[in-house]
Amino acid sequence: MSTLFEKLWQAHVVREAQGEPTLLYIDLHLIHEVTSPQAFDGLRQAGRNVRRSCLTFGTVDHNVPTTDRSLPIADVTAAKQVETLRRNCKEFGIQLFDIHSPEQGIVHVIGPELGLTRPGMTIVCGDSHTSTHGAFGSLAFGIGTSEVEHVLATQCLLQTKPRTMKVQTHGRLPEGVTAKDLALGIIGKIGTDGATGYTIEYAGDAVRALSMEGRMTLCNMSIEAGARAGMIAPDDATFAYLKGRRFAPTGEAWEKAVSYWKTLKSDDDAVFDRVIEIDAAQLEPFVTWGTSPGMVVPVTSFVPDPAEAKSAADRQAAERALEYMALKPRMSIQDISIDRAFIGSCTNARIEDLRAAARVVKGYRISSSVSAMVVPGSQDVKKAAEREGLDRIFNEAGFEWREAGCSMCLGMNADILQPGERCASTSNRNFEGRQGRGGRTHLVSPMMAAAAAIKGHFTDVRDWEFK
Amino acid sequence: MNAFRKHTGLVAPLDRANVDTDQIIPKQFLKRIERTGFGEFLFYDWRYLLDGQPNPSFVLNEPRYKGASILVADKNFGCGSSREHAPWALGEFGFRAIIAPSFADIFANNCFKNGMLPITLTTEQVHEIMRRAQQQEGYELTVDLERQTVEDSQGLSILFTVSEFQRYCLLEGLDDIGLTLRHEGAIRAYELSHG
Repeated sequence: MSTLFEKLWQAHVVREAQGEPTLLYIDLHLIHEVTSPQAFDGLRQAGRNVRRSCLTFGTVDHNVPTTDRSLPIADVTAAKQVETLRRNCKEFGIQLFDIHSPEQGIVHVIGPELGLTRPGMTIVCGDSHTSTHGAFGSLAFGIGTSEVEHVLATQCLLQTKPRTMKVQTHGRLPEGVTAKDLALGIIGKIGTDGATGYTIEYAGDAVRALSMEGRMTLCNMSIEAGARAGMIAPDDATFAYLKGRRFAPTGEAWEKAVSYWKTLKSDDDAVFDRVIEIDAAQLEPFVTWGTSPGMVVPVTSFVPDPAEAKSAADRQAAERALEYMALKPRMSIQDISIDRAFIGSCTNARIEDLRAAARVVKGYRISSSVSAMVVPGSQDVKKAAEREGLDRIFNEAGFEWREAGCSMCLGMNADILQPGERCASTSNRNFEGRQGRGGRTHLVSPMMAAAAAIKGHFTDVRDWEFK
Repeated sequence: MNAFRKHTGLVAPLDRANVDTDQIIPKQFLKRIERTGFGEFLFYDWRYLLDGQPNPSFVLNEPRYKGASILVADKNFGCGSSREHAPWALGEFGFRAIIAPSFADIFANNCFKNGMLPITLTTEQVHEIMRRAQQQEGYELTVDLERQTVEDSQGLSILFTVSEFQRYCLLEGLDDIGLTLRHEGAIRAYELSHG
């Protein structure tokens, strides 16, 4: 009577002792240029080595430019971080998918793409959206730089066992309502700290019906509900996605792996500390109106009135958010005009996301008052999209077609909003200044962002006339 | 790591919920490859106006809170990004302890690894401390990790809980990589049995 989480946890216990956190073995460690330099410095200062360099992989994604890569990185501090990662990987024998590598991309896009992410693993990265990898039935969570150093030195982490939460969906998502909307719907219901201290397992028909890309979107947003990890039990869709990928097992090892992976599910009588029920069939496309992902309403709805908030803290937060976002209570979501649209990020920059957005865009042009960009999640996604002609659809509609990276999701490179600009964004955080100081972010699905770019304001994609 | 035993300091009230790590240290300052140099950019977008002048209405810019070493804020402090630059910036600015009704998991973990104490109290207790810090100039608290108490000079005395292990590491200033490496045998045994 174990949950999937308990099975994964138990399989990785190195040491347990009364009154101490558990020492957990880490199967896969992903690193990038921003949160790793100080960890390598720490190793050097202590005279320590990387314990198992073959279990750590690096890429550059957070601060790299998404423009022409044949030019050197113009930002000298960003260039220094990239160069530092290069040097550290070389010194410690870690495989790096560097800026010109055909495998380069957002760390949470390339892990699964390369088959590095597999069911049953423990996966960590110095990035909170590591929860993405839980889509494969792994225990995956974000860590700080001190913990990055700890994993490099010991291949283990000291962890306190979290509680378990099950998000049980009922029914299927309607047409035009995506994994992103499911994630936003859940966060809207339980709040941005609703799952703090928990690991979420997503279950039910709506989750089973999601593609692997959709499952990654859903698990990716777990951290926005406060959960360090989100997971989905692997099934045939998982195995089909992984088969033949570069680091996936082959032959007999594959068969053996699949038979183990099939055991990775919560037992029927498993008990969760908390269960949340979601009626997926009733969900609509969502749009955030505030400065926290929990500040979200359906596209058919209105900006809420802070006066109706449940608590004084919520009211104060809503008032602040509306002031920052320059919105008035009770205005219709579809009356909100945008200046920018961003289709990208570890949440929504996989091939299926680009296909969905392109389907909306095809035959249209973006509004004359909007500038819009598509940033594929990886070089591999970019190439696949180009093979399908998606780049042409976007270019002809007036979107910019960029190189892979985190880009405007966090605005560490040149891709930022100007003060006051309003953006329909497929990313994961609408915090104040997240996409650029003074920038106003509305989180939406790729289809919703594409539709908003064309109309110049938010619109219900369920009513879209596809061409 | 710096040890934390007992600390008395000025309290700064940041009356906001869901203070995210993007606010604590905005991304444009994450490009350093050192653990230092972040303090001056703490809460940058709130502390400074667009023209680079200090924002007089932001609480940490009020002269009465200059030198504060204990920050009190509302729920879900430190949510968002896993960037450890957030506690680095808070520490370098002078904060040793943060009091809130709840903290995001990764942020709280990162604090413990940097000799900083996140203290979880009830909403009522936090609001009472916030009220006192707003109303009384020079309001100080003493945080005693050994006794697990938060006290002021006017009779306020609150017990807080913290995990036994984290308390021990913080009191002793222990490096947990060193602790883990003591279990080399167990790690090796795990690796041998798992190929």
